[in-house]
Amino acid sequence: MRSFKWLAPAIYIVFLLLPIYWLLNMSFKTTNEILGAFSLWPQDFTLANYRKIFTDSTWYGGYLNSLAYVAVNTVISVAAALPAAYAFSRYHFLGDKHLFFWLLTNRMAPPAVFALPFFQLYSALHLFDTHIAVALAHCLFNIPLAVWILEGFMSGVPKELDETAYVDGYSFPRFFVKIFIPTITAGIGVTAFFCFMFSWVELLLAKNLTSVAAKPIAATMTRTASTAGYELGLLAAAGVLTIVPGAFVIYFVRHYIAKGFSLGRV
Amino acid sequence: MIGKTTNQRAWLLVAPVVALVAFNALIPMMTVVNYSFQETFGDNVFFFEGFKWYQQVLTSERFHASFGRQLVFTGVILAIEIPLGVAIALAMPRSGPWASVCLVLMALPLLIPWNVVGAMWNIFALPDIGLLGRAVNGMGIAYNFTQDPVSAWVTTVAMDVWHWTSLVVLLAYAGLCAIPDAYYQAAKIDGAGAWAVFRHIELPKMKRVLTIAILLRFMDSFMIYTEPFVLTGGGPGNTTTFLSIDLVKAALGQFDLGPAAAMSLIYFLIVLLVCYVFFTVVMRDEEK
Amino acid sequence: MARITLERLRYSYLADPAADADWALRRIDVEWADGGAYALLGPSGCGKTTLLNIVSGLLRPTRGRVLFDAADVTGLDPADRHVAQVFQFPVIYDTMTVYGNLAFPLRNRGMAADAVDARVREVAAMLDLDGKLARRASRLGADDKQKISLGRGLVRSDVNVIMFDEPLTVIDPQMKWVLRSKLKEIHRQSGITMIYVTHDQTEALTFADTVVVMYEGAVVQIGTPVELFEKPKHTFVGHFIGSPGMNVLPCGIDAGGVIFDGERIPLDVSTGRAAQEAASLELGVRPEFVRFSDDGFAVEIAKVDDLGRHRIVDLRRGGHVIRMLAGEDDAIPSENPRIRFDPAYTRVYRDGWMMAGESGR
Repeated sequence: MRSFKWLAPAIYIVFLLLPIYWLLNMSFKTTNEILGAFSLWPQDFTLANYRKIFTDSTWYGGYLNSLAYVAVNTVISVAAALPAAYAFSRYHFLGDKHLFFWLLTNRMAPPAVFALPFFQLYSALHLFDTHIAVALAHCLFNIPLAVWILEGFMSGVPKELDETAYVDGYSFPRFFVKIFIPTITAGIGVTAFFCFMFSWVELLLAKNLTSVAAKPIAATMTRTASTAGYELGLLAAAGVLTIVPGAFVIYFVRHYIAKGFSLGRV
Repeated sequence: MIGKTTNQRAWLLVAPVVALVAFNALIPMMTVVNYSFQETFGDNVFFFEGFKWYQQVLTSERFHASFGRQLVFTGVILAIEIPLGVAIALAMPRSGPWASVCLVLMALPLLIPWNVVGAMWNIFALPDIGLLGRAVNGMGIAYNFTQDPVSAWVTTVAMDVWHWTSLVVLLAYAGLCAIPDAYYQAAKIDGAGAWAVFRHIELPKMKRVLTIAILLRFMDSFMIYTEPFVLTGGGPGNTTTFLSIDLVKAALGQFDLGPAAAMSLIYFLIVLLVCYVFFTVVMRDEEK
Repeated sequence: MARITLERLRYSYLADPAADADWALRRIDVEWADGGAYALLGPSGCGKTTLLNIVSGLLRPTRGRVLFDAADVTGLDPADRHVAQVFQFPVIYDTMTVYGNLAFPLRNRGMAADAVDARVREVAAMLDLDGKLARRASRLGADDKQKISLGRGLVRSDVNVIMFDEPLTVIDPQMKWVLRSKLKEIHRQSGITMIYVTHDQTEALTFADTVVVMYEGAVVQIGTPVELFEKPKHTFVGHFIGSPGMNVLPCGIDAGGVIFDGERIPLDVSTGRAAQEAASLELGVRPEFVRFSDDGFAVEIAKVDDLGRHRIVDLRRGGHVIRMLAGEDDAIPSENPRIRFDPAYTRVYRDGWMMAGESGR
């Protein structure tokens, strides 16, 4: 008997792709067509929406802003989390368990709680509407996550590696950079993926901390929906373009996705 | 687990992380605590009000209503996403090109900005121009999520299932892949059926990742803001106004800083409490 | 209970095997008698686990048949073959007690509760697990867990064969010995055929009545431990079994016998003329059968390792190293040492295989 087990994931994937297809469909339609006749695919195929986004600096600027703060955040999160995760995976120290739990509680803090105080904090530091403000704010939830994932990977590296290196006369910084980091590149890749992901998809804080100069693409979209009338085609095209970087990143880490989810611990 | 040595200098290694997170967590938290005990009429003039705002929030109908909606929402999506995610993970191919295809496609919703998710579902479900809206209405079911509370709820839940079930799938899948072949072989030899294999091998081995899945889904669904805000704006009426939406409305919309701050802290403490209880129960179970 | 016959068995993990190297098992013909204790011995990657999984039904052979007595079971599932298997890492059901683990295979087959109970208690007593029946299986040590794995095979009265896939890998050294003698004892008590896969010669030689030696997907010799020691059929067996392994030295043959480095080596067997056109000829002699003797040929002593009860002497002759095992009382001559090989235990190999048929013993 032939097994029909594959049907469940297949149906689920179709369910996942339908709304994305609809967005794609809309992005190739003119506003008139969207509001006019209902059709399953564009009758009057147009690239005008995409052309507008790539030529209008308020649009493509939004992409560059988003990519900029996401990149800065990923670098800060991973760089800070590396030594910390090493400490948690190798040493006992005063208050280590409480510290770990405290870090995780920040992953549990609803961003809505921080929206207003963040605005005041970063305004007071004259960092409002800068990329670095968003990058720093996103550290709130990305650093705990990065420490958590990296600690899982590092615990899988035998301690003998460290000891051998010290016996061979390596200093700690040299060992860490020359030997340890290269052995956990897969873990660093997975961690960077998760940091990218959570920083890229977050909007509440990003929107609150920016107005013009560092405005993320997602916020540009929100304003279009409310002020510039109902330009659905343009909105759809911008939405499609926000999926692209994510899809790109997934493709690169596809072999590590399953592994990345299995490591880390409660 | 490897043996650890005690070394207080490890604090030097965690110092950058502590500094960064403390900067982001403690200073704003102090601001919130500060507001929650004071009254302001603008112009940076504050009066100490004690626990007044806490009392007001905890006794207000509005808070009760949004808290209740939040509980129901989180319960519903956990009840759907966890079993569904596990079922799909079980049915997925364990290796080969199709496994990669599944993983990549399933991870896609996780990387879409949350407001785009909301906007996408808005366009998808609109009764006049959306595929879903047209299809459901075409089947003779009255459906309009902008006006009908039931439609709005169903759409919000469907959107969350669409958005987050993949996370459960990926976690469960990772747990399943970590089970050595010998377990399946032994079960075959012992004559175990599919249900016994699931009950006695797969489920116990997935316990750890499922704990993470439930915890993450609980936390994230309890903080949900952007997607339903973009989709329904909390409406129609207040029917899809969850805790975060309510909070932002109060803090940024009405500038009721005191009550909003008190509400923030109550909200945060609830999430923390549930996670802590969950954490200790799981930990105790693991050590037993 | 059954006799197990493997007929012209071949197996490949590839869908479309072509070259010789594509086959994990090249060609296997073996017969295992009912009630025997067998070991499958060979280095990692020689195909022993593959062979085991074919017998248990976890893998289907690419070619050939598996027979239990006269019945062809090639197409049957593991559960229908009535086999049991103990894996390298203990497999236990975490959710159950020791009792539940042992009862599991019987409950799956729909046995009545009181019959299950009687059987479980009997087997638990046999394995010294009777005091631990109520405990969670996941909290026990590796040796007890392995006993549970074995117990799940023993509870079933219909088991044709119990197979062990390197079962002592994760067991502490001092417990290995205990568990191994327990296995022997259970084999005697139950009379069930047991097949034991290992790469450790000590485990194989102490457990089994008959050892099947595998090398690169083929069986190179089937024999008792003594046969493997005294008459290795292939130079690989000579190397792999024994410590240190057999000396294998290039040699030539003329009408009068075997010649090594210009010296005539006396043998109990006649090599015949067939050997002369062979591509490669080698002489094999175990270190145990090398002796100092004044009427032998001259060597140099390169090194002596004292291992307490005996010494390993490395001898050199014309660029070749010859190992010799000397007792602690044997004198090692200080000058002009000469050695000879015991003619009864010196073999000649053609392309790796012992020249058959002419043996004097």
